Amino acid sequence: MTRPGIVDAAAYVPAMRLDRQAIFAANSWANPALKGLARGARSMCNWDEDSITMGVEAARRCLSDRPRERLRRLYFASTTPPFADRQSAAVIGEALNLTGNLAAVDLANSRNAGLQAFCEAARGSDPALVVSADARLARPGSAQELQYGHGGAAMLLDNKDTIADMVAEYRLSQDFVDQFRGSGEPFDYRWEERWIRDRGYRAILPTLVRGVLERAGLSPEQLSRAVLPAATPRMTAALAKGLGFAAERVQDSRLGDVGDTGAPHPLLLAVDALAQASPDELILVAGFAQGGIALLLRTTGKLPEWQARNARRTALSPPRVERAYTKYLSFSGLLPMDFGMRAEADAKTQLSAFDRHRAELTGFIGGRCPVCGTVQFPRSGRCVNPECNAEAEQEPVPLAEQPGEVSSFTQDWLAYTPHPPLQYGLAATAEGARALMEFTECPLERMRVGLKLRFVFRIHAIDSQRGYRRYFWKGAPASGEEKA
Amino acid sequence: MAGICDKVAIVGMGCSRFGERWDCDAEDLMLEAFREASEDAGLGAEQLDAAWFGCYFDDASVGKSALPLANALRLRNIPVTRVENMCATGTEALRGAVYAVAAGACDIALALGVEKLKDTGYGGLPTGTPGTFTEQWRPNTSSPGSFAQLASAYRARHRVRKEDLKRAMAHVSWKSHRNGAINPKAHLRKAVDLDTIIGAPMVAEPLGLFDCCGVSDGAACAIVTRPEIARELGKTEMVTVKALQLAVSNGSEAGHQGWDGSYIHCGRLAGQRALAEAGVRNAKKEVDFIEVHDCFSITELVTMEDLGFAGEGDGWRAVLDGAFDRDGETPCQIDGGLKCFGHPIGASGLRMAYEVYLQLLGRAGDRQLPSPALGLTHNLGGEPARCVVSVAVFGRGD
Repeated sequence: MTRPGIVDAAAYVPAMRLDRQAIFAANSWANPALKGLARGARSMCNWDEDSITMGVEAARRCLSDRPRERLRRLYFASTTPPFADRQSAAVIGEALNLTGNLAAVDLANSRNAGLQAFCEAARGSDPALVVSADARLARPGSAQELQYGHGGAAMLLDNKDTIADMVAEYRLSQDFVDQFRGSGEPFDYRWEERWIRDRGYRAILPTLVRGVLERAGLSPEQLSRAVLPAATPRMTAALAKGLGFAAERVQDSRLGDVGDTGAPHPLLLAVDALAQASPDELILVAGFAQGGIALLLRTTGKLPEWQARNARRTALSPPRVERAYTKYLSFSGLLPMDFGMRAEADAKTQLSAFDRHRAELTGFIGGRCPVCGTVQFPRSGRCVNPECNAEAEQEPVPLAEQPGEVSSFTQDWLAYTPHPPLQYGLAATAEGARALMEFTECPLERMRVGLKLRFVFRIHAIDSQRGYRRYFWKGAPASGEEKA
Repeated sequence: MAGICDKVAIVGMGCSRFGERWDCDAEDLMLEAFREASEDAGLGAEQLDAAWFGCYFDDASVGKSALPLANALRLRNIPVTRVENMCATGTEALRGAVYAVAAGACDIALALGVEKLKDTGYGGLPTGTPGTFTEQWRPNTSSPGSFAQLASAYRARHRVRKEDLKRAMAHVSWKSHRNGAINPKAHLRKAVDLDTIIGAPMVAEPLGLFDCCGVSDGAACAIVTRPEIARELGKTEMVTVKALQLAVSNGSEAGHQGWDGSYIHCGRLAGQRALAEAGVRNAKKEVDFIEVHDCFSITELVTMEDLGFAGEGDGWRAVLDGAFDRDGETPCQIDGGLKCFGHPIGASGLRMAYEVYLQLLGRAGDRQLPSPALGLTHNLGGEPARCVVSVAVFGRGD
């Protein structure tokens, strides 16, 4: 049985990047020592993003226009799933329209969950999609607030046309508690960094790296690149030296422009490594938390083709620097801003109505009239085309991957949204479906009739009274529109 | 021929003072409006055969059913029907009463609309639910946001510069404020200069504060009967209903690309039907003045085209040329419109009819136009893509 390798991979980092100087400026009165971390920017979720939506976006990029019918296994790894009891992988699977006999698995409770999911996926012989995303909160004014970032990654594993093959795997389980988050607690609690460095990284990582190399019968100098757990560049350089490979082979940990994303981070950095590698390179990917996991991957001749695709995907959400620290706090639920009485409106979701319309809501499935061919959203019993209006069973039409365009818009300062103004208007898809939709990720000055859209899966409303959130699709500026 | 032209006469109308009526309940507003109509008609509550009650919101207001009207006026257990059809609710109440009289189902009927909006605790209209499925995907819109989209689509279609459209929209509000300033029943009674209007804070791009109508409490009502009964009652001067039409969206505007969002599809249909019913061939020439649904400045501007008072794409220029000012070709919102009366939803359609009634009978005081013969009212409920539009035409029936 051949072990499946990576046939596609993609990262998703939210466009919003919080300027660390803004975090420092707001908190220096309490902790001037944060200054040392106040460089660059960290990624943050928009108000309508969470681990599920980031996971969906990473997965869509990874699958792109590949046929999805053969995919029967989906793994989702996160330490911040939005629901304690509602499977994230099931939501993601429906958003991706992975229908029929899908084995959906959630992995959680460890910063190693992303790599664990990868290892589980690699055990089967049929194709599998590994998705991981995290949006970890940090106590305001803490070092983690500057160090963490939000993001996700996805990898598609299959037997043929791989861009990288799995050479070896080494796993170690050890209840080393460098940090923890109790059930229901919002924040991580971390022990002294020097102790983590000495008794954690320096003790566990060499075991992992040596272990995986030994298993493959390879030596450290054969490594082209090494993804090591996010730590300071100085620490990783020292580790590399101790392990017998050059510090420049250590993959940049993206602490400067993203931050440590948690469970998806080793996968996210592995995507970076693949994007920079050449064919036939040996890449080490290691993760650390209650022990660790180390993988050895070897790139193939298919890699350059993927690299061209990946570059286009990265351009889908160019970073936007955000300097409003209170916006980050508010989005994170850490600052109860006054949005007026309109924000009091009940956002209760009628679950039975949701269930009837799940395909339309989660999968963004519209209908095609069998009589006149008009594509419409929502699907309806009678065609919406005024020249037709035929009563006929409409064929389901997936709309999410169709390009869209703004037909009319407004920027509404009155309607409640956690990120005023609420932008919405009529949007049309390439096949002619048209509906009133919310727009997201669009700088106010760039909104216009005719703006090209790409649809994204986002939070539609949060029911804070009951701890529920509902998801739907929104229009975001298409690639290339950002500069228009 | 089908239709109600001249089959029904209005024998009495009443309108409360509109505004932030912190002093009273919806029931007090109903009494205030009915007292005036009753005196005007010389008819009491005990002479009514049936009533139609228009009210939109039921929370922070009077609750559901026809009971609030029956209770407020202590009606003699006659049939009372509550109607709700978004911002066309007031006209819808009138339509019920007028149709019943025209059909001969009853002799004397009352249409009364009321809305108590100022018990919500915040400005603007409260939000409602669009239904259990729709609310799971539609954006959480507001009224200004819904109508603001008209401006973006209108500009794109007719290639109007943003500044020009903003100026024309400002003129719409400027004109109405000037009219409302001299109306004792209006809520906002102050002229506002163009710079203030243009420079006001943004509510929903491109609608600033003065592009939006006020929000207020109010009630208005009409007592209707057949013309021959009106004459028996001693009415020599009479206003009759020439047309009362309604057009309701079926979802094609929102869901089909045949509509580009730059006009109101149902507004055009309701207008055409009403003008035909009234026997009007050329609206611009024959209709003397109009009261339209100026919930937002852009709505009024586009409505001028939809009803045929300006050519398609020319509305903004006609507005700037003063065609709808009080001394223009077709005076519009001579009473100050929703802009100055605010929009107590259930009452608005009847408030418009009230002004037309006064003008036709020469009772409009400082606002009186020189002997008008035909007036039109227009209500637009919902949002451009999903709306309920009513158009009524009134004239002298004596």
